[in-house]
Amino acid sequence: MISHKIDILKKRSDALHKLRAFFYAQNVTEVDTPILSRAAVPDVHLASLQTSVDLPNVGQQLTYYLHTSSEYPMKRLLCEGIGDIYYLGKVFRNGDLSPRHQPEFTMIEWYRLNYRLKDMVEETFAVAQQLLGDVPTQVMTYQQAFERFAGIADIHHTSAEVCLNCLKQNNVPEIIGVDADDKPLWEQLVLTEVIEPLLGLGQLTCLTHFPARDASLARISPDNDLTAERFEIFYQGMELANGYHELQDADAYRQRFEANQALRRQNGLAEVPIDEALLDALSSPGLPDCSGVAMGFDRLFALSQGKQDLSDVLAFGALDA
Amino acid sequence: MASISTSEFKNGLKFLMDGQPCTIIDNTIVQPGKGQAFNRVKYRNLITGKVLENTFKSGEKVEGADVIDTDLQYLYNDGEFWHFMDPSSFEQYQAGPAAVADMEKWLVEQDTCTVTLWNGDPIAVKPPKQVVLEVTDTDPGLKGDTAGTGGKPATLSTGAVVQVPLFITIGEKVICNTETGEYVSRAK
Repeated sequence: MISHKIDILKKRSDALHKLRAFFYAQNVTEVDTPILSRAAVPDVHLASLQTSVDLPNVGQQLTYYLHTSSEYPMKRLLCEGIGDIYYLGKVFRNGDLSPRHQPEFTMIEWYRLNYRLKDMVEETFAVAQQLLGDVPTQVMTYQQAFERFAGIADIHHTSAEVCLNCLKQNNVPEIIGVDADDKPLWEQLVLTEVIEPLLGLGQLTCLTHFPARDASLARISPDNDLTAERFEIFYQGMELANGYHELQDADAYRQRFEANQALRRQNGLAEVPIDEALLDALSSPGLPDCSGVAMGFDRLFALSQGKQDLSDVLAFGALDA
Repeated sequence: MASISTSEFKNGLKFLMDGQPCTIIDNTIVQPGKGQAFNRVKYRNLITGKVLENTFKSGEKVEGADVIDTDLQYLYNDGEFWHFMDPSSFEQYQAGPAAVADMEKWLVEQDTCTVTLWNGDPIAVKPPKQVVLEVTDTDPGLKGDTAGTGGKPATLSTGAVVQVPLFITIGEKVICNTETGEYVSRAK
């Protein structure tokens, strides 16, 4: 192995230690929840890896899914009353490989009781700064980011055409396969193709109040039902973290899971088993008021080392493992 | 040709775009996690040579292109077409000016060239890396200059013009690099 790789891996070990020390000092408990689960995340855009497992006395091979995040078991523990917790370990996503994606990557995910979105944003900055040093921070709403970086004044009410023109004005290569009137998708493209490369240049930039349709398992904003209490943090044009003020209502979870299953059917994707154990825990004892965030450790560490490609900071990337 | 989904995209894949054959030179997945994935694709149009970029919604399909590279022997030019032959099957192919383009000046009869066929027709011709050509015109050489310090233009039998050392004279054969268009050495 080349010596600079060994040097990087030693720095990686220091970085993991720093993050664990940060949470230890805050009295946040590390939980190493299962990687294998009978249930999977139903989000249309997340593909779980699956495997079959032989267990004695069960009589058949069981399908288990590799977690794409430790959110569901962590929330079950939160319902049980465990208090503040974090997970620092591997998660898996099928079909992902690019300079900023690997099918297997290290995630740091944590939950804080009684934290508002603002508290969680501040703590996420602090965690990122453990590795990035004292970089400046900046918070703006999703809507403000569209105004500032794409010149679109009111993204929540604008048309598909305005988004499409914005892409053209910014010389984004022609997009193939998107219906002219699919506003949510054109809006997403303005975000990924025009805005994101400009976010977090030399500073940590947080966007808050994503559209309600991207709420996932975040609460809808109490003062505006078009937006959700969800944030994302960017550094050097790369998304680092994604946080929610967590939805508590068990029925709302079931509705959002079922809406995703319906979308999976529409898109010709296989449905996945819903995490009934999570839904049970959410109905009783119920999820305490909390916020949670998931941050890509490999991205954070790569950027702290001035690298743009995750495989530069892994022992072995997916094509080399 | 079968249609190809974005999930099968990889470098070197040949596909049709606006009816023309193209080859992928870079394919990057954009996967925002919360939203629809896209493929950012850089590709070269094999007819025009232009490098283009498009972003495909993941799951979109393109038509595959029947494009192969094959080694053919260059036979002759009849004034309109350049004729090539497969040395094993003796099958002949004729390439038009668009396929030969500016490679014309490096085509030497009997040389083996790499010819790109689309649906069986030549669309691009790549001569060998080095070819031997005769000097048909150049200024008189200077005696004693063997180091090739200065150089002078020389016209070769195919019409190519290259910089050669001062000692090269009309009627000599020289080796040229077809990729750089430069003189390499005298041919033995």
